[in-house]
Amino acid sequence: MTGRQERGRSGTVSPPETEGFEGADLFPPAQEAPWHRGRGHPTSEGPSEGVLSGDAPEGPLVRPYTMTRGRTRPCGSGPRLDLITIVVAARGRQEQVAEPEREAILRLCGRPISVAEISARLDIPLTVVRVILGDLLADGDIRTRAAVPVTQLPDKKVLQAVLDGIRRL
Amino acid sequence: MASADFETTTHGQEPIPQAVKIIIAGGFGAGKTTMVGSVSEIAPLSTEEVMTEASCGVDDLGGLEDKSTTTVAMDFGRITVSPEVVLYLFGTPGQNRFWFMWDELAEGALGAVVLADTRRLDTCFHAVDFFERRGVPFVVAVNRFEGSTAYRTEEVREALDVPEEVPIVLADARDRESSRDVLVELVTHVIRGRSPALSG
Repeated sequence: MTGRQERGRSGTVSPPETEGFEGADLFPPAQEAPWHRGRGHPTSEGPSEGVLSGDAPEGPLVRPYTMTRGRTRPCGSGPRLDLITIVVAARGRQEQVAEPEREAILRLCGRPISVAEISARLDIPLTVVRVILGDLLADGDIRTRAAVPVTQLPDKKVLQAVLDGIRRL
Repeated sequence: MASADFETTTHGQEPIPQAVKIIIAGGFGAGKTTMVGSVSEIAPLSTEEVMTEASCGVDDLGGLEDKSTTTVAMDFGRITVSPEVVLYLFGTPGQNRFWFMWDELAEGALGAVVLADTRRLDTCFHAVDFFERRGVPFVVAVNRFEGSTAYRTEEVREALDVPEEVPIVLADARDRESSRDVLVELVTHVIRGRSPALSG
């Protein structure tokens, strides 16, 4: 963990009703990932404290698209996978998945999680995550809920929920 | 409409929460990540988008290694506002050469906060222009930095040339309550702007 990551809200307590969605501590430690984990900055504002520029590899050690067998877009006719499309693993999935990335994604999706979070937590670029999610969706391993389409802004009820939620901060 | 609140396509399964997003924009170093971090329930995360020249999905690796790629990092945080609704806060990529990511960020966004740094007010001109043109409701938050001259919001309004109806507030991005107040101001502004359409 870097200093910047520790700076979060670890001391605050979530309302009990949101516990089902709160799962940051359930995620597997970063170093377990069998693939290369990014360049060492937790945020784009720059390298985290303690990370020297010399520590960071010049580029990914695993070319991202080898995970997708060269595909740069999700297959076929699936729904659009926005940054904040929420993904959850389909219930009753039994079989073992061969690819470690697919398995890691399915583990994360035990609770509802956004596409952007999957990308960040596994340190796999968004484009690559989208392709793998497209495969999982096609195989019936996950369910998704798309973000509100651009033409149809969030309804009043959602806005009110957001306002109430922010006020409770 | 109740039907819009839950995903109902898969019956017998638990509903999936609805996600909404707010954009935190501003120049490099204006405090975007700081603001995200001060209100987020998780430590800010960064996700990378790799842009390649390969424009269509092909099952062919041949030549891909020669295509130029650009990596853009976006910082974000999360606030679970209710069991049904999750709010994501996305900081825009700071450098101007990443403008192409703004379209994706703005799509479906509830609204935006433009963080203004009074030491370099011009760095947020682009953001103001962008949200005005896209019709994304926004508020301007003047981030107070130590050593910066105290400006009145009206001076900032004049410098940025934003209309009266756009709220301008003073803020401290490091402070949780202050950042919360900015978000409250924004969402109130969004609801206010949508009320005529909803009632008529």
